[in-house]
Amino acid sequence: MSTHSTQAQRPYMRVFAFLVLLTVVEVAVAFVLTASAAKVPLLIALAIAKAALVAMYYMHLRFEGRVLRAIAVFPFILSILVALPPAFDVLARR
Amino acid sequence: MTHTAIAEQHATPTWEGITTLKFAWWLFLASEVMFFAGLIAAYIVLRAGSPTWPIVQEELSVGLVAVNTFILIVSSVTMVQAYAGIETGDQAKLRNMLLATAGLGAVFLGIQAFEWSELLREGTTAQDSLFGATFYTLTGFHGLHVSGGVVGLIFVSLKALRGGYTQAAHDGVELMGLYWHFVDVVWIILFTIIYLI
Repeated sequence: MSTHSTQAQRPYMRVFAFLVLLTVVEVAVAFVLTASAAKVPLLIALAIAKAALVAMYYMHLRFEGRVLRAIAVFPFILSILVALPPAFDVLARR
Repeated sequence: MTHTAIAEQHATPTWEGITTLKFAWWLFLASEVMFFAGLIAAYIVLRAGSPTWPIVQEELSVGLVAVNTFILIVSSVTMVQAYAGIETGDQAKLRNMLLATAGLGAVFLGIQAFEWSELLREGTTAQDSLFGATFYTLTGFHGLHVSGGVVGLIFVSLKALRGGYTQAAHDGVELMGLYWHFVDVVWIILFTIIYLI
């Protein structure tokens, strides 16, 4: 019983370690790469990685079926589509 | 025992192996993602379209809020441990981890409130700048969601203390967890785009 619960805990604590590491890296990037063009894409990539880790392992999406994964992913795709026209507008006005 | 077998045993309506409840809950979370997506998209467009924007690291307490981000992440860990607990029938672990999650959520809110009070004291309001308006709107709505989550956690904790969850039936704990992790994911995005970029 205790072995079972320890085994069930392992991905959770490893994911936690990654989340902490990614957060530290993010803050470091924000303060170190202030003038760099790579800063924004890098920070976005790090944020997405953290969000994905929580979604896949803590929200259990990695082990769920297609239906739930589709429901979870769809709003993100929709958000990007919704944000594109105003983004083009901003770029066009520059 | 698989989740499907348990669900069938309790005659809970299911579809594609998911209970109706869990399916509906995920649809709710998806609608909440859209809500924040709208606010975040507006923030990005407003900021990108502004000729000037305050230097975030000078206006906001990035260090303190980074610690707060860590606190919220830890609360996600305690939440998932609560769920892992009841999955193995460990009532004590369920109880303790639920209470820990609620406590950490309350601490997060406290630190956010402190951050707001500092900013207001320095004269940053929602009315006089786009920076203020977007900052208070985004963090405010997130804070409201965390507050709702803490209230939910109190209800779930009370039910757990009464022995209301068992290894076979603990849907409420799972759904509470899903909502709490969602709130954490939103903060991960908000922290990055408001405080770091």
